[in-house]
Amino acid sequence: MNTFFSTAFLVMKKDLTIEVRSREILYTTLFFAVSCVLVFAFSFVRDGRPLEDAAAGILWIAIAFSGTLALGRTFERERHGETLRALMMAPADRPAIYVGKLLGVLAVMATVEAIVVPLVGLMFQAPILARPLLLVALLVTGTFGFAAVGTLFAAMLVRARSRDVLLPVLLYPITVPVIIAGVRGTAALFQADVDEPMARAWIGMLLFFDAVFVTLALWTFEPVMTE
Amino acid sequence: MSNKTFLAVLVVAMLLFAVAPLMIAWAPYEATMGLVQKIFYFHVPAAMAMFVSAFVCGIASALYLFKRNVRADRWAIAAAELVALFGLVVLISGPLWARKAWGVWWQWDARLTSTLVLWMIFLGYLLLRRYGGPGSDKLSAGMALFGMANVPFVYISVNIWRTVHPTTNVVMTLSPGMRGAFWWCVAAFMLLYVLALAARARLEDQRARLEELYLALDDDLA
Repeated sequence: MNTFFSTAFLVMKKDLTIEVRSREILYTTLFFAVSCVLVFAFSFVRDGRPLEDAAAGILWIAIAFSGTLALGRTFERERHGETLRALMMAPADRPAIYVGKLLGVLAVMATVEAIVVPLVGLMFQAPILARPLLLVALLVTGTFGFAAVGTLFAAMLVRARSRDVLLPVLLYPITVPVIIAGVRGTAALFQADVDEPMARAWIGMLLFFDAVFVTLALWTFEPVMTE
Repeated sequence: MSNKTFLAVLVVAMLLFAVAPLMIAWAPYEATMGLVQKIFYFHVPAAMAMFVSAFVCGIASALYLFKRNVRADRWAIAAAELVALFGLVVLISGPLWARKAWGVWWQWDARLTSTLVLWMIFLGYLLLRRYGGPGSDKLSAGMALFGMANVPFVYISVNIWRTVHPTTNVVMTLSPGMRGAFWWCVAAFMLLYVLALAARARLEDQRARLEELYLALDDDLA
């Protein structure tokens, strides 16, 4: 158990060290997320102004799209640097490598969301500080579920053809429940008459999805990555 | 499945389908929806076939992933295609019924959304198999496991949330007049499903044998 987590942390540290030095994935993902928010804000207009009810949906779309980018880039980096072979040859538990990669992706997404959420709050007058803890819980559980499935699929697809287009094609149907739960929970928190029980219910759903997805991912990572 | 068995089952299935319209016509009208309700006799068995196929694909994929059973992978492909096929039947017959019964073609309620998602997961499986290049057999097997995990969720979605779609109670509490037609159609669809599955898996087997032969002869010539 100890080696499992130390391996995972080692992989995560490696990813984050590279990231801190180049900041490539972070900047590009962040910029993409902001562009997403802008494009959607201009697309959903009423009387020439952005629709305020659309804030929750737009936030989660930005998370999903930019998350897909970040996932693809994380493994692309491995493939490009030809370190994937080294990773697979390392005498480490494959699931531990998965967890390490997952933590790295989560770190990037957390940083991106820390900037995008206040931006959405600003642009749509969304009350992000009304129930901050519940909002954070929603974001954490939702992003975790999305990233858990995403890391598995991105790893699976790294050697496949058409991997860039196949990742969203495969990822979105499976993570639709996570997105729905995230949007509905966030919408419940953003409405004028905050619906706390509803938000809690959706957080419960997200925890359930997270458990199922992580279990499935840990289970299938090993056989899927070996020949 | 030998040729003789296949033929016999095919004949039985064709007979079932030939008589099915009669059974459906003899069944009583439902109180509120009248004639339109009779899409039920094809819509629900097709959905049952879709769920069964998703399970078959998931189990076959698990056997392939964890036990390296190559034959299981061929059954998985067949089952995935049938999820797409029977899913199409469900997703076309459903809206046709919905338009008359609810006034809209589609609603984003839990049951409809989750069924569409299940269908798309298996479409993704097929896309991956087709365009993913080498190694996509293992990846799609992983995908199928997620699809299989989705099925119970789709089934109980009507019971957990308040949806416009009828609950799972309906089948258990069918009026006696409708039961005959319904289970007849279920039998017909299940036989059709088994036939299609066997035929498609057999096709994959033949393709694999052909591959092997090509490779074997290549070695000989070289």
